[in-house]
Amino acid sequence: MSAPDPLTALTGAATPPQANGEAMFEAPWQGRLFGMAVALNEAGLFEWADFQARLIHHIGVWDRAHSNPTPAGTAAAPYAYYEHFGAALNDLVTRTTPLTAAEFDARVREYRARPHGHDHDHDHDH
Amino acid sequence: MTHDPDQEQDQQDDHAAEPAIRAEALESLLIEKGILDPAAVDEVIERYNERVGPMNGAQLVARAWVDEDFRALLLRDGTEAVNRFEFRGGQVDKLVVVENTPAVHNVVVCTLCSCYPWAVLGLPPKWYKDPAYRSRVVREPRAVLREFGTRLDDDVSVRVWDSSAEIRYMVLPERPPAWADLSEEQLASRVTRDSMIGVEVLA
Repeated sequence: MSAPDPLTALTGAATPPQANGEAMFEAPWQGRLFGMAVALNEAGLFEWADFQARLIHHIGVWDRAHSNPTPAGTAAAPYAYYEHFGAALNDLVTRTTPLTAAEFDARVREYRARPHGHDHDHDHDH
Repeated sequence: MTHDPDQEQDQQDDHAAEPAIRAEALESLLIEKGILDPAAVDEVIERYNERVGPMNGAQLVARAWVDEDFRALLLRDGTEAVNRFEFRGGQVDKLVVVENTPAVHNVVVCTLCSCYPWAVLGLPPKWYKDPAYRSRVVREPRAVLREFGTRLDDDVSVRVWDSSAEIRYMVLPERPPAWADLSEEQLASRVTRDSMIGVEVLA
């Protein structure tokens, strides 16, 4: 079976709302991170408690740097839960797989350097 | 310093793109190295979208309301009660169900991150993970509940339960008197996610 193009997966249809609830993810990349973490955990790469420990670490760093949160329900706080989730996943992956942080950084630089709009077929005419 | 809205917009776009790029980079490398099956990622997302969600918890609550033995089991050993329902997918290590009464209102939080009973409530709403809720509901639960539109009488005591990776909490809400004649299925369709987190009182 050939792997689907991850780019297509990332930019494909938005995740549908959860039954009896709201949309699970605000952006497709959040769903991919969640799916990766659960899939790797279920494949036995790491214990969920170890992931949780890294997540608590990254969230704790943010919490200590922002000790005056805004009232519940407002969107003013620049808090991005899934960025912490991603950082925790990166910690676990580099600890439990042959993938290195250097390889990851190189891939990020490569993707960052792609021309703007690389994933669109249509032309922006403005 | 001059303010250039266009430049600011570009920076915001770049900022929004960065986490997506990082997630994409991670997934592509994991797939290339044969560590991750991309179909497994799709399966997890599909599972949580379609099968694991607050409707599972709502079924537990409705059953507890109509079946006294099940209610006793749910409160004594939530994990065992969940296992009897055989919900597919969704991990629950240890589920503790806390019961609202006329004298006690329970509310659930995870102060350190986002621990939540996935198997019965699905994934947590955004506000559950936000720093404001995590820190304030412990300090001033009544004020936070008021912001959710939930007003409790002064003689009702509030208990806040802090979840962890080991223990997940769910609230068994009170059954509104007006729902006395509803069937179990009808009851389950009316139990809300927020009432099982404890920020809402059903009415």
